[in-house]
Amino acid sequence: MKFAVIVFPGSNCDRDMYHAVKEVLNEEADLVWYENSNLENYDAILLPGGFSYGDYLRSGAVAATSDVMKQIKEHVAKGKPVLGVCNGFQILLEAGLLPGAMLRNKDLAFMCHQEALRVVNNRTLFTQSYVENEVVRFPIAHGEGNYFCDEETLNDLKRHNQIVFTYENNPNGSTADIAGIINKQGNVLGLMPHPERAVEAIIGSDDGLNVFQSIVRNWRESHVANV
Amino acid sequence: MKKVTVFITLKEGVLDPQGKAIQASLHSLGFQEVAEARVGKYIELQVEDHENVDERVKEMCDKLLANPVIEDYRFEVEEAVRT
Amino acid sequence: MLQTFDISPEQIEAEQLYKEMGLSDKEYDMVKVILKRQPNFTETGIFSVMWSEHCSYKTSKPLLKKFPTKAPNVLQGPGEGAGIIDIGDDQAVVFKIESHNHPSAVEPYQGAATGVGGIIRDIFSMGARPIALMNSLRFGNLTSERVKYLFKEVVHGIAGYGNCVGVPTVGGEVQFDDSYEGNPLVNAMCVGLINHDEIQKGIAAGIGNTVLYAGAPTGRDGIHGATFASDDLAEDANKDRPAVQVGDPFMEKLLIEASLEVIHSDALVGMQDMGAAGLTSSASEMASKAGTGMEMNLDLVPQRELNMSAYELMLSESQERMLLVVKKGREQEITDVFEKYGLQAVAVGEVIEEKIFRLKQHGGIVADIPVDALAEEAPVYQMPSKKAEYFKEFQQMEMEIPVVTDYTEMLGKLLEQPTIASKEWVYNQYDSMVQTNTVVTPGSDAAIVRIKGTDKALAITTDCNSRYIYLDPETGGKIAVAEASRNIVCSGAKPLGLTDGLNFGNPTKPEIFWQMEKSVDGMSEACRALGTPVISGNVSLYNESRGKAIFPTPVVGMVGLLESLDHLTPSYFQHEGDLVFLIGETKAEFGGSELQNVLAGKDSDEVYSGKAPAIDLKTEAKRQTQLLDAIHHGVVQSAHDLAEGGLAVALAESIFNEKGFGVSAYLDGDMTVELFSETQSRFLVTVKPEDEKRFTEAVNDARQIGVVTSDSTYSVTGNGKKVIEANVHTLCKRWKGAISCLLKSKA
Repeated sequence: MKFAVIVFPGSNCDRDMYHAVKEVLNEEADLVWYENSNLENYDAILLPGGFSYGDYLRSGAVAATSDVMKQIKEHVAKGKPVLGVCNGFQILLEAGLLPGAMLRNKDLAFMCHQEALRVVNNRTLFTQSYVENEVVRFPIAHGEGNYFCDEETLNDLKRHNQIVFTYENNPNGSTADIAGIINKQGNVLGLMPHPERAVEAIIGSDDGLNVFQSIVRNWRESHVANV
Repeated sequence: MKKVTVFITLKEGVLDPQGKAIQASLHSLGFQEVAEARVGKYIELQVEDHENVDERVKEMCDKLLANPVIEDYRFEVEEAVRT
Repeated sequence: MLQTFDISPEQIEAEQLYKEMGLSDKEYDMVKVILKRQPNFTETGIFSVMWSEHCSYKTSKPLLKKFPTKAPNVLQGPGEGAGIIDIGDDQAVVFKIESHNHPSAVEPYQGAATGVGGIIRDIFSMGARPIALMNSLRFGNLTSERVKYLFKEVVHGIAGYGNCVGVPTVGGEVQFDDSYEGNPLVNAMCVGLINHDEIQKGIAAGIGNTVLYAGAPTGRDGIHGATFASDDLAEDANKDRPAVQVGDPFMEKLLIEASLEVIHSDALVGMQDMGAAGLTSSASEMASKAGTGMEMNLDLVPQRELNMSAYELMLSESQERMLLVVKKGREQEITDVFEKYGLQAVAVGEVIEEKIFRLKQHGGIVADIPVDALAEEAPVYQMPSKKAEYFKEFQQMEMEIPVVTDYTEMLGKLLEQPTIASKEWVYNQYDSMVQTNTVVTPGSDAAIVRIKGTDKALAITTDCNSRYIYLDPETGGKIAVAEASRNIVCSGAKPLGLTDGLNFGNPTKPEIFWQMEKSVDGMSEACRALGTPVISGNVSLYNESRGKAIFPTPVVGMVGLLESLDHLTPSYFQHEGDLVFLIGETKAEFGGSELQNVLAGKDSDEVYSGKAPAIDLKTEAKRQTQLLDAIHHGVVQSAHDLAEGGLAVALAESIFNEKGFGVSAYLDGDMTVELFSETQSRFLVTVKPEDEKRFTEAVNDARQIGVVTSDSTYSVTGNGKKVIEANVHTLCKRWKGAISCLLKSKA
């Protein structure tokens, strides 16, 4: 299986994402510069964290309008997985691939620490290696991670089991404690906490490894089934 | 040449923690009359004359400058003063 | 705006305009001798910034020579953008600390942010990837609204810049004392990792080679920043505002990636960032180091504003700019890389044989200066030095043991002092984990950053107890180095070397210069005793406001190497039942202590007095070596150095984590001394009961003072009686909440 880690100007978790899939999981992966890229041969796309375009205007807004997003939308339409973490999640929201928007944290400050999350939906291709309602620890590192959506959208998210991760102790004011959501088709996941920063015990937690392992497992299962 | 000014504000009903902080701070400075503070963005564009300026600017706002999920916008178009 | 074309060389001399730019009469005369004519406006500006303390170290140079700077593993000592130390496997660590005090006093957010940006550029301009940031901050007491504002905005500025560029801020220190009320200190340190074959130097070699300007266009921001940094803060600091630069961390991030990409091209000859004194210092230094000259056409310099004069272009401190020297004919290869990242890189000049710094604009020559006159041959002054009167007084004082009646309450009070209290409010705002190498996050003795692909890691700390240095600069200087080294050793790492951030008052005052001289003497001696060379550094003088100097604050930024992650030792207690050992005897030493601070009360003029704690460097070195050996032999479960607040505070810090432990300690002697004295060269160590013998055989001066318990109680028995009994959670809450509580409270 082959991963593409998209690098926008200002991405800064791109190498961390690459390290997680390539060096920790030993899967094939490339860092792919956002311009003149061809995503056809990749099985999964990872949108890393950081400050794409300096997060000027709104977090993720400028990256969401870039050409590479067209290819990403095609990739999504084919049913292939896309994972957006932190700034990657913000880009997915701005691009309309996931519903809702991000506001500044309720305390107006950037925050970085380990946070306890609940895997409320483990029946997704990104979370199938977790136990339902398992509580895991991922670091958070964001200034605008306060997820917002209106009542109607929230009901819709709930109805379709699109809420995948929730905070145990909501740190930023997110609606319904939401930390991560998935699209209706089930192949686009966005989450604010960083699973790629939780892939080795030596750096504080390896609870995030299952996100990447789930993606690989899903691909292997469908790949084997197709053969 | 036209000068376009775009005002972007958070929608009614969307919590504005920055506005809340400003309001609290103004209160502590003795400006009790401040009932609410809302923070927004102000963007100035110099735009070449175009037949549908208003429509084009609306498109710019919808596509990039504002996020319709959380923000409202309005804009003004005037003749640019040449310097 | 300065109308530079209107001011003639004659007018500069007649009206002594050079004085406004920072040159003395004598220096102006020297310039005339060098040029054999009167300098024009641009040239006067160029000399004034290059000869400012910030660029020339004219008053501190004689002192800096005292530092030991060599060791077999030092690949680059002071003189380049940053120092480099070999760590084996063809890898090396690059680091430097730099101050941004004056800009931060005036505009704290941008001042701190651009301080971070500048130090990062120093690291990647050497060809190294920046892997960690630290910062050492000093503020007045958190009682005035102004100080609270400065503190909050400096932290926001560091976060705003560091988080965006993707370099983790892994630790640092913050201390609060009245002496910093009007003149806060913001010292930022950056650590980079490099392969030996990637080391770059800032040299303009190869006659005919092209000088490339890369990064942000030049605006009028920060003009005369270097001179500004070399002067007292004016009474009304706000009027100095135009000198402050604005940072763009997004641009910096692109510049990092582009610069680290071009180092792989053999078309690149040299690279240096434009820091203090902007284009002037980077260009002239690069030529001076290579023994060449440089000619630049200022019309080609990318400009953000209209009608910029040569003076403005040369002195601007616009951020996020680099200067490169590239082999002639191969410019395109380099500019293509910058273009990929959306950055401008344009040829602005060439390296010339004649050792002249020549600038052209609008078809004419606007400056024509011998290169060495600017860098190598800047004036150096031996300032008069005089032993401070207060010091003589303090040395005569008899040490009295302060009266403490309620030890539990005193412990609580000490834990609430902002200098001791948890800095979580600060570091929670910093991305400390990006790059996924941070093994020990902020809040420990030293931050630990692993090196991917190896079993090694770096330990990083910044330290400086300026109260001791104020009381006794020489002893305090020794302590600053020793404490940094202690922090590195406690983490299990071997100290490699240090960078010094020297912050002092006005050096033309003999008592201030004496503080500088003595503290450098003390630091140098400690560096020799502990085997830690000084590989880079920064000097910030004139840190005074309203005529009062800050406490002498020579910050030590030290880096150590963990040969194996197996040696990694936490500062917290690890298991119930472990034996608690104290290494080192305790004497009655309270000069400059946190206890003295607490007992002085709010309105006292002179909070700190008496002698600084004594330090014997031989004992220090022996204990550090023995402890490190014991750690490497695997018999130490945790190690923590004793610092502000003494043993009582160190014990508390060792149980303030999620493990929920308590401690039961038993002491004999005077309880005020045992608990709160700040005697040096002491460590708090825990050992498994089965390792006791091996530990005491390895470490001479250790005695058991207690055990780790599981009941979340902090208990001390003194001379057979219970003297402290407190719930750990209650203590921890006071310690954790103190800073945010002070920030919220109304003055």
